[in-house]
Amino acid sequence: MKSDSNLERILEAGHFAVTVEIGPPMDCNAEEVLKKARLLKGVADAFNITDNQTAVVRMSSIAAAVLIMREGLEPVMQMTCRDRNRLAIQADILGACALGIRNCLCIAGDHQSFGAAGRLKGHPGARNVYDVDSIQLVSILKGMRDDGRQQGGDAIETRPPLLVGAAWTPLGDPVEIRPLRLKKKVEAGADFIQTQGVYDIARFKEQMKIICDMGLHERTAILAGIIVPRNLGMLKYMDSSVAGVNIPEELMKRMAKARDAAGKDKKQASRNQAEEGIKISVELIEQARDIPGVKGVHIQAIEWEHRVPEILKKAGLLPRPVVPGKE
Amino acid sequence: MIVAERKPLSEIRSFVEDFHRILIVGCGTCATVCLAGGEAEVKVVGSGLRISFLQDEKEVEILEDCVTRQCEPEFVEKIQQRVQDESVEAVVSLGCGVGVNFLAEKLETVPVFPGVNTKFFGAAVEPGVWIEMCAGCGNCILHLTGGICPIARCSKSILNGPCGGSQDGKCEINPDVDCGWALIVERMKKLGTLDRLGEIIPPRDWSTSHHGGPRKVVHEEVAPLAAEKGDDSQ
Repeated sequence: MKSDSNLERILEAGHFAVTVEIGPPMDCNAEEVLKKARLLKGVADAFNITDNQTAVVRMSSIAAAVLIMREGLEPVMQMTCRDRNRLAIQADILGACALGIRNCLCIAGDHQSFGAAGRLKGHPGARNVYDVDSIQLVSILKGMRDDGRQQGGDAIETRPPLLVGAAWTPLGDPVEIRPLRLKKKVEAGADFIQTQGVYDIARFKEQMKIICDMGLHERTAILAGIIVPRNLGMLKYMDSSVAGVNIPEELMKRMAKARDAAGKDKKQASRNQAEEGIKISVELIEQARDIPGVKGVHIQAIEWEHRVPEILKKAGLLPRPVVPGKE
Repeated sequence: MIVAERKPLSEIRSFVEDFHRILIVGCGTCATVCLAGGEAEVKVVGSGLRISFLQDEKEVEILEDCVTRQCEPEFVEKIQQRVQDESVEAVVSLGCGVGVNFLAEKLETVPVFPGVNTKFFGAAVEPGVWIEMCAGCGNCILHLTGGICPIARCSKSILNGPCGGSQDGKCEINPDVDCGWALIVERMKKLGTLDRLGEIIPPRDWSTSHHGGPRKVVHEEVAPLAAEKGDDSQ
């Protein structure tokens, strides 16, 4: 075992893994995080804590991760390359491990000009760091854990026992480079992969076929990303504005039909779309599960975490299996 | 070349508000080619300032000059002499930031103000349009990326791209910005070397870039004494 994290044990035991994303608040309200944790306890094997997601300042992922641990949830601490240089990254990794964090997802991070896609002010004038990129970050964490070395070469006496993860956008442009890029992440040392949200299951399946032919699915655990859609507007926005996410026409039509069925009743339209969104999510999970090489799902329900237990129940993924650790 | 863009006249005027004898100095090299600070722009800024001061009934004398390069002593000497001979109180340089620095060091007691914003090292992709192509990071890796620079042309300067934010050849920051890594992939496809992108480029040593303090290059044959003292520029 590299980390003896619950996520690692679940994957090692051959169970279909479930991770769920939790977004920390834009203030220092611990209760907000704890509330989400109580709501989601037991529905997933580990919970991603985002790191200044969409380039907006939020409670730090390391702090929110420790908060959910108090409620008995296991965190996957996300770490972007945007906000920290290699000194800060490694210091935070050592600190996170000292606090009991056992999983880390390495990502480049949305560009600082993003600011929640214009919905919030953010800090577009901030200077970004990108001292290292996400692939280099994976290799640094692997080096710290397996070789007991900092990136600069200094020795680490107590090595950080981390399960190292990376993100993958299977259908991002230019699409022909995506398998090669996943290979680099695996070679750098990614133990698990969480993908960008997939709606176009047919195309995702094609990419996964390439991945399986390359043998990458045996060397890392790929968790398919499922973004829970709340309404037609969200689907349209993701289709046009989120890189690597394309929504098949058929899903758009289904959501439009659900909305229109409510006639002029706006509240009903919103409820109908929510129900349809949940139905779509359950189906996506089931379809992803059938794709060879997919070892689990990663659920993102942005500010809609309370509907996640129901989705996972309907998808037949509850209760979660228990795989006891060393202690 | 170094690409610059002229500052608004109102901003330039705000720098020199309290002076009565001002010299505007253009630069005949990069700043001329990118239409920001050559002879023609010196005239434009000079006339603009004259009119602006006249409107406020301020008596200010605006002098104009342009040198071949503001970054070499032999061309700048002429300006030093003129500032002294004609009791110039302030200089506005329309050269790049290097020109402003260099003039400031040479002119000692006379203030030098920037008349342009120095943008980047770039090329003219069409008349009147320049795009950044080099970040001057001090350790060129273009042999690994098909001759297209990820440091300068990727918004995140990542070395193992493209990130997940590439869409239809454009960058996540703006649909008008080309994704540098999409350009690299396209180019390496044409060269038949796409498989080389499978090699992980390790974390780089940024000490050759801005992060290691001001850099220096010493040419051994031209400056043997300086070379003997040691070239600390990496």
